[in-house]
Amino acid sequence: MRARVFVTLKPSVFDPQGKTIVDALHTLGYGGVEDVRQGKYFELELAAHSSETARSMASEVADKLLANPVIESYRIEIDGTSH
Amino acid sequence: MKTKFAVIVFPGSNCDHDAYYAAKDVLGQEAEFVWHKETDLRGADAVILPGGFSHGDYLRTGAIARFSPVMDAVRRFAAAGGPVLGICNGFQILLEAGLLPGAMLRNRELKFRCEHVHVRVDETDTPFTLACRPQQVLRIPIAHGEGNYFTTPDELRKLEQNRQIVFRYVDASGVASDEANPNGSIVSIAGICNERRNVVGLMPHPERACELAVGSADGRIIFESVLAARAAGVLTTAGSASA
Repeated sequence: MRARVFVTLKPSVFDPQGKTIVDALHTLGYGGVEDVRQGKYFELELAAHSSETARSMASEVADKLLANPVIESYRIEIDGTSH
Repeated sequence: MKTKFAVIVFPGSNCDHDAYYAAKDVLGQEAEFVWHKETDLRGADAVILPGGFSHGDYLRTGAIARFSPVMDAVRRFAAAGGPVLGICNGFQILLEAGLLPGAMLRNRELKFRCEHVHVRVDETDTPFTLACRPQQVLRIPIAHGEGNYFTTPDELRKLEQNRQIVFRYVDASGVASDEANPNGSIVSIAGICNERRNVVGLMPHPERACELAVGSADGRIIFESVLAARAAGVLTTAGSASA
């Protein structure tokens, strides 16, 4: 099964890259883009037969490695069907 | 009796030889490289996690290195009171490993800053600052893109209450300001210690400032402090710190 993990900086944490991107967009004339937050996206191929197992595996590796809980939070989506 | 420094080498460390040189050639002490796959610190009296780009900074700085086999030994050494110094990427590894609180963000201006800065020693009761005068200003270089120290307001209060903010970015006269802060670090933090004060991390590179020939010898006192701490008997040494 495939899990998709989206890691983003917590709302309370300043994102220097997102700020630079939104400034660039304003320079390009996209004044309507009010804010940008940059994050990371991971696709995990998992040897799991149920979405519950897949979710729990993805969540464990996100806690342990993919995200730093001091500054980041994450969201998981599970693709595919069980065998 | 000579003091033995273990310099941990991760794939991508690039200040390991500078740290080794500072300990062995400048201070005349013993130094050994310890590869990150090793599980023994070889009876070291002090451990240095050097600067560099361990594992290419992939994912987050220090995020992969924290799982290296040697880190279990470093953790045990620190838990036994042994002095551990993380410089730049070494500091980032200590943060990821949870041996020090907080995390690093990209520098405020997104620039990789490589220049000499002034840092003020705010706490002198650590094994790496014991020889410093209180509020002593050191001129040492930085070289990093992710040194923007961040922690939660609660954790920052704890750092301040416990006097864990060891180094701050200041101007030449010792005053902290936004202009003197090269990376946007919260309350101008350049380095901190743990509650027990034996684990210290800092972004500036004292090992690159140990001889006047390279522009400054101010960093030398960081390593000399270990010797002073040992002489003063406030250091847990190899015999008791080795697990």
